[in-house]
Amino acid sequence: MDFLNAIILISNFIIVPAITYGSQLALGAIGVTLIYGVLRFANFAYGDLMAFGTMIVILFTWYLQSKGITFGLLPTALLALPIGILFSIAISLFFDKTVFEYYREKKSNPVTFIVVSLGIMFVLNAVVRIIIGPNDINFMDGHKFIMKAREFKKLTGLNEGLAIKSTQVITLITTIITCSLLFYFLNKTKTGKSMRAYSDNEDLALLSGIDPKKIILLTWVIVSILATVAGTLYGLDKSFKPFTYFNNLLPIFAATIVGGIGNPLGAFYGGFLIAFSEIALTYAYKKFFKYLLPESLEPNTLIQFISTDYKFAISFAILVVVLIFRPNGIFKGKVI
Amino acid sequence: MKNFDIKISFSIMAFLIILVGIFQSWGVALSILNLCLISAVMSMGVNIQWGFAGLINFGVMGFLAIGGLATVLVSVPPVYEAWSAGGMGIIISGMFIVLVIFLLFYLNRILKDYRFKNYIIFSIIILSIILLKFISGPSIDRIESIDAATSGFLGGMNLPIVFSWFVGGLLSAGVAFIIGKVCLGLRSDYLAISTLLISGIIVSIVKHEEWLSRGVKNVIGLKRPAPYEINLQSSEWFIKLVEFLNTSKLSKIINVIEREDLLKELVINSSGIFVKLCFSFLFLFVLCVLLYFSEKALRSPWGRMMRAIRDNEEAAKAMGKNVVKQHLFIFMLGSAIIGFAGAMLVTYDGLFTPSSYQPLRYTFLIWVMVLLGGTGNNYGAILGGFAVWFIWIESAPFALFLINLLTFQLDEGNEIKSHLINSIPYFRYLMMGLGLLLVMRYRPKGLLPEKIISK
Amino acid sequence: MYFSASKLTGGYGGVNIIEDCSFNVNRGEIVSILGPNGAGKSTAMKAMLGILDLKSGVINLDGQDITKFKTQDRIKLGISFVPQIKNIFTELTVEENLEMGAFLNRDDIQPQIEKMFDLFPIIKEKRKQAAGELSGGQRQQVAIARALMTNPTVLMLDEPTAGVSPVIMDEIFQHILNIKKQNIAILMVEQNARQALEISDRGYILVTGKNAYEGDGDYLLNDKEIRKSFLGG
Repeated sequence: MDFLNAIILISNFIIVPAITYGSQLALGAIGVTLIYGVLRFANFAYGDLMAFGTMIVILFTWYLQSKGITFGLLPTALLALPIGILFSIAISLFFDKTVFEYYREKKSNPVTFIVVSLGIMFVLNAVVRIIIGPNDINFMDGHKFIMKAREFKKLTGLNEGLAIKSTQVITLITTIITCSLLFYFLNKTKTGKSMRAYSDNEDLALLSGIDPKKIILLTWVIVSILATVAGTLYGLDKSFKPFTYFNNLLPIFAATIVGGIGNPLGAFYGGFLIAFSEIALTYAYKKFFKYLLPESLEPNTLIQFISTDYKFAISFAILVVVLIFRPNGIFKGKVI
Repeated sequence: MKNFDIKISFSIMAFLIILVGIFQSWGVALSILNLCLISAVMSMGVNIQWGFAGLINFGVMGFLAIGGLATVLVSVPPVYEAWSAGGMGIIISGMFIVLVIFLLFYLNRILKDYRFKNYIIFSIIILSIILLKFISGPSIDRIESIDAATSGFLGGMNLPIVFSWFVGGLLSAGVAFIIGKVCLGLRSDYLAISTLLISGIIVSIVKHEEWLSRGVKNVIGLKRPAPYEINLQSSEWFIKLVEFLNTSKLSKIINVIEREDLLKELVINSSGIFVKLCFSFLFLFVLCVLLYFSEKALRSPWGRMMRAIRDNEEAAKAMGKNVVKQHLFIFMLGSAIIGFAGAMLVTYDGLFTPSSYQPLRYTFLIWVMVLLGGTGNNYGAILGGFAVWFIWIESAPFALFLINLLTFQLDEGNEIKSHLINSIPYFRYLMMGLGLLLVMRYRPKGLLPEKIISK
Repeated sequence: MYFSASKLTGGYGGVNIIEDCSFNVNRGEIVSILGPNGAGKSTAMKAMLGILDLKSGVINLDGQDITKFKTQDRIKLGISFVPQIKNIFTELTVEENLEMGAFLNRDDIQPQIEKMFDLFPIIKEKRKQAAGELSGGQRQQVAIARALMTNPTVLMLDEPTAGVSPVIMDEIFQHILNIKKQNIAILMVEQNARQALEISDRGYILVTGKNAYEGDGDYLLNDKEIRKSFLGG
């Protein structure tokens, strides 16, 4: 029995990737849930907002690189991030002013908002692809690997290597920082509490003198920040392809609902739950069992619960399970 | 007023298509017409669910894929070798799945309020998935290894392809039944997200299960309910027909060899047009039949009841209407029509390409058609299908025209110009988005809104 | 009169629910607005708050005409409101609810929070708990405490004892009596007419949108006609 190798195997192929993926989903899901809680609709344009923000970051990164400015060991994109955030905020506020505000004042039903967000999705999708093209873009620079598999094997003498990419560490750290700041804001500051209050009970919040315009503005700002950061981290870790951002929206939606709509902390955990499930359930455990079991019991087949093609099925299955057992989400969310 | 609007809109559409025929080519015009007709059927299916019953089905792509799959399963000749290698295993797996589904429904009924009912059902599902892998795994491997490059799947029933349209509809209705049972109780935004996710799963299945559909290797050379151009080009009667229709043109040419060449050219062009025309008539027939029954249903007491449920579900429930059953029925009916259209589409294309099913193109574009055209209104759905598809196709040449106009000072090699030209395929998404936003703002009920139907 | 509303007429959309209604209340007074269901009591209160548009009528606070003022401005002037339903932030803690009550205050609100906990001692131990987890009676206390955070001079309550048990109802009315001691003008719409009148200085009875009866609490309680029609004999 080779516990150590088994653990390293799982860490390398499940735990480390899942933490990274979970962070990306968590950031996305918190954004979606905030929009749902405050603005009260499912924003189907969110994936393309992430793509848009990331696109600006990439363009500015290229500009910086052309001027010879880099960030040393860290990816230059991190320097470009604030610019991307600014543009995202601008475009979110633009769409809110020109599209969503009208329907808010008319008190249209949620379906209208969904449809309109579809329109914005089309527009953003087109704009991104027109400006930057539909192809895969790799904008990662700086030191790529903190630990290479080979180095690890040499260091520890184990059979299995543990590779840690710098993007994975950056993702985790950025997520922790962002979420800490966000939760501090929501729970410890007056403005943040007023946002939660508005999300909880709009009429009472208005009666308390809370200014809805400020809350909505703030929400879009926060959401744009989250979208740009999440999109950039994803793009750095994998690569930027406008097409994939919409596909990521599906597990993000699942994470949001699972965590309880309108509940940012729930969305955070929901993101990790979905990420771990997707990766753990599509991993082929053959080698893992090989390390753990005596030779006579070694498996011949892959021992893969579900094939990777069925990633959707996992998000969906978790979603259905949660909706049946706990319709308000695993944490308490609201039924709007 | 109502008839006036409809007549005007359709006249404009016809006029535009004719314009395309004149300025581009008749072949292109007919292609557009045919896809318009297919899109119209799709949007009618969605409209039945959304306009009649208020159900948001974001899973259109999945049902289209099922319809496409049906064409393969029905019309492709069976691969006997694959059947003998793994057919039994597949059949057993199929029966297993059916058994499990029945078991689940049965358990759901008898364990009605049992505290651990859901845990039991969930565990059974998990167990079934594991068992299924064991039962079907070996057979699947054997099937896929038979002639993997050209075949690698089970094939179909070798029936005429038009049958597949109905099979596609039936399969879609079946899948819709299961989805409906699970999801229809959810509120609208959850239903939207759930159907979107499920359609992703369906397309994943079609892309992955190569033993069934060849997956990403695609199925080409599907049968046709219309003649093949090549055959036409070598049939006596067709050549004579083309000669007859073009006597004036031909007689102007004195040189025999030149005249022969021209005739050949005309025959080739005309064969393409003839084939497309055959499809047009076929699709037009389908659309008219569908429209007829839809209009009848709309005006019937059943149609009124559906609209009553849509407009005020609580009141309808209080009056004793079984809302759940009606919703399920409508969901199945709409999905069947969508599946039917999916089969039509693949038939027209002549090939089945599972990787082409994308949500933007196959779900949301159809939704734009329904919303633009006018919800709750059959003619609106058809108009939406036509208008959106027309814009979708013509936006490319139109964009090219605009770009050339705006940048006529810049030469061909100019970076901006070439970048813009490369971006042309995406301009149609931009137009769709803007169109949708404009319609939702200024004509939220669509171009041909639902009129109050007075009997 | 510290706060008065004269000849209020209005409703939702075209139909008038209340016509020519008048009420007033002084500081340190408890005044009840009673009447059968649908009489327009809640509508009248919403009109006085500015949540509802008035067709005609005048509302006066301490000599100032506030008829055209927006709800938020009336709140800034010292009017506070406890709605009948959804009157607390269920996801926020008790203490956060109070903080939101004083949202418009810029100074330190801790003293005011402590004052509320003195007035409502039971919710003090629950201060870090989510308000939605409290019992019905405790939630009402939180709702009222929230409204008192702005140190209002006028407190309006819409059916504060709706749906609570008789024991809790007594508790709530006891709290309201304590609030009266703070020299606050209290106006309350109530369904439990008899118990409300027992603690009220004065009362108004609305019938189909119009003032029908008014007078001192004792008088209304003991009048034979009124007892028969509105107080259940």
